[in-house]
Amino acid sequence: MKQSLLEIKHLNKAYGENIILKSFNLKVEKGDVVVVIGPSGCGKSTLLRCINALEDIQGGEILIGGEPISRNAKNISTMRQKVGMVFQSYDLFPHKTILDNVLLAPIKVQKRKRNEVEKEALELLGKVGLADRKNDYPRQLSGGQKQRVAIVRALIMHPDILLLDEITAALDPEMVREVLEVVISLAKSGSTMMIVTHEMAFAKAIATRVLFLENGEIVEESKEPKAFFESPQTERAKKFLKSFEY
Amino acid sequence: MDWNVIISYLPRYKDALLLTLRIGWQGVLFALITGILCALVIYLKIPVLRQIIGIYIEVFRNTPLLVQLFFIYFALPKIGLQLSPEACGVLGLSLLGGAYMAETIRSGLENIAVIQSESAESLGMSKSQTFRYVIFPQALSSSVPGIMANVIFLLKETSVFSTISLMDLMFTAKDLIGMYAKTIECLTMLVVFYLIMILPVSILGNILERRLRFAEFGS
Ligand SMILES: Nc1ncnc2c1ncn2[C@@H]1O[C@H](COP(=O)(O)OP(=O)(O)OP(=O)(O)O)[C@@H](O)[C@H]1O
Ligand SMILES: [Mg+2]
Repeated sequence: MKQSLLEIKHLNKAYGENIILKSFNLKVEKGDVVVVIGPSGCGKSTLLRCINALEDIQGGEILIGGEPISRNAKNISTMRQKVGMVFQSYDLFPHKTILDNVLLAPIKVQKRKRNEVEKEALELLGKVGLADRKNDYPRQLSGGQKQRVAIVRALIMHPDILLLDEITAALDPEMVREVLEVVISLAKSGSTMMIVTHEMAFAKAIATRVLFLENGEIVEESKEPKAFFESPQTERAKKFLKSFEY
Repeated sequence: MDWNVIISYLPRYKDALLLTLRIGWQGVLFALITGILCALVIYLKIPVLRQIIGIYIEVFRNTPLLVQLFFIYFALPKIGLQLSPEACGVLGLSLLGGAYMAETIRSGLENIAVIQSESAESLGMSKSQTFRYVIFPQALSSSVPGIMANVIFLLKETSVFSTISLMDLMFTAKDLIGMYAKTIECLTMLVVFYLIMILPVSILGNILERRLRFAEFGS
């Protein structure tokens, strides 16, 4: 049988008494663009954080390319390199220039040669339109620009899958587009992604699969995103999508 | 104001300044090292050591330097540890300063947002790489204003060194007043020499702070 890129088996996640994910299952194949939507607090961020082993889990397994990823395992660094993550809050390293933000992990973690990574970094920064800002510090950039750098910083590690958690939620509306366009071009080039977003038009445009979550459970799943957004099958998804209309 | 008096006292004040500076910079250096090590222990939550350091910090932050110096100078010899007055000065300053620096750097470390270590770790960095390349440099630079304030505080505290017969600025002024009663001249020179010592540190602190604010802390 073919090995899934990401496989989540019976994942249990709770914060103390508060159960967030209960026996959660999911398979993601190479090239999938999985959009995860659902009401606030339903566990979307928690799910992504578990996949990147930023959270302790209470049960189940998360496999990347068939290998388990776990917070306390010895191979955690290797496993995390397979999973890129961009968060909602701009999380660039404020004491490093844009270029050094991008170079830090490939040089220190992957032990790549500086001039080789630098070439790639500049290429990637060029693709998101920021090569000329390489010597600036994060504070000199707009929110949208910072998020584009954060994407580059994740991409340069050549992850198998990229996790994006509401990466435009903290941005001014006019900056949302420039970031989402980068994500769309990644999808076109075949990147595997899991995207949490509240931008429904974007979700519809980019998804190859949609997961609608409520209380940590998949309420509706669709491999036909266009159809899902036009006429969801469940009442709860219908109600949720309605809340985005005016 | 008798200028001839002032000129004739200058060499003694200069010597006192040099002595104070010599003890001062060593004290500041060791205080910084002590402070960083203690802050690390607390930040990394190393058991036992952390409690001991907690007690050290409280004791030294909440007692006067004068008392600490007396302990080092008069009490330690009773248990067989005799240090020169100068070494006592350095040790006292280091211990007092270490406690203050530890607090400053600890709060710098704790103020770095969790998302910083999470994003470093999500890039595959180990805990120690995250600390070394992401957390510590940020904590240190955000602590610079506090560190500089501590340095100034420590340099001012050197004025109690006279009590363990170190010929620092304060000692020199008191000594000269005692001998020649040129009170106004002596005290004015005392103020001026403290300023000569401390003002540059103050100015350096302001410059550093402005530099760091530029490179630092986006969003
Ligand atoms: N560190 C934490 N400690 C305790 N509870 C938490 C923690 N993080 C999240 N939770 C709880 O877990 C639940 C799911 O949170 P999560 O952040 O995954 O939701 P979300 O779907 O991402 O919501 P949003 O759309 O608002 O980002 C919420 O009820 C939240 O209060
Ligand atoms: Mg969230």
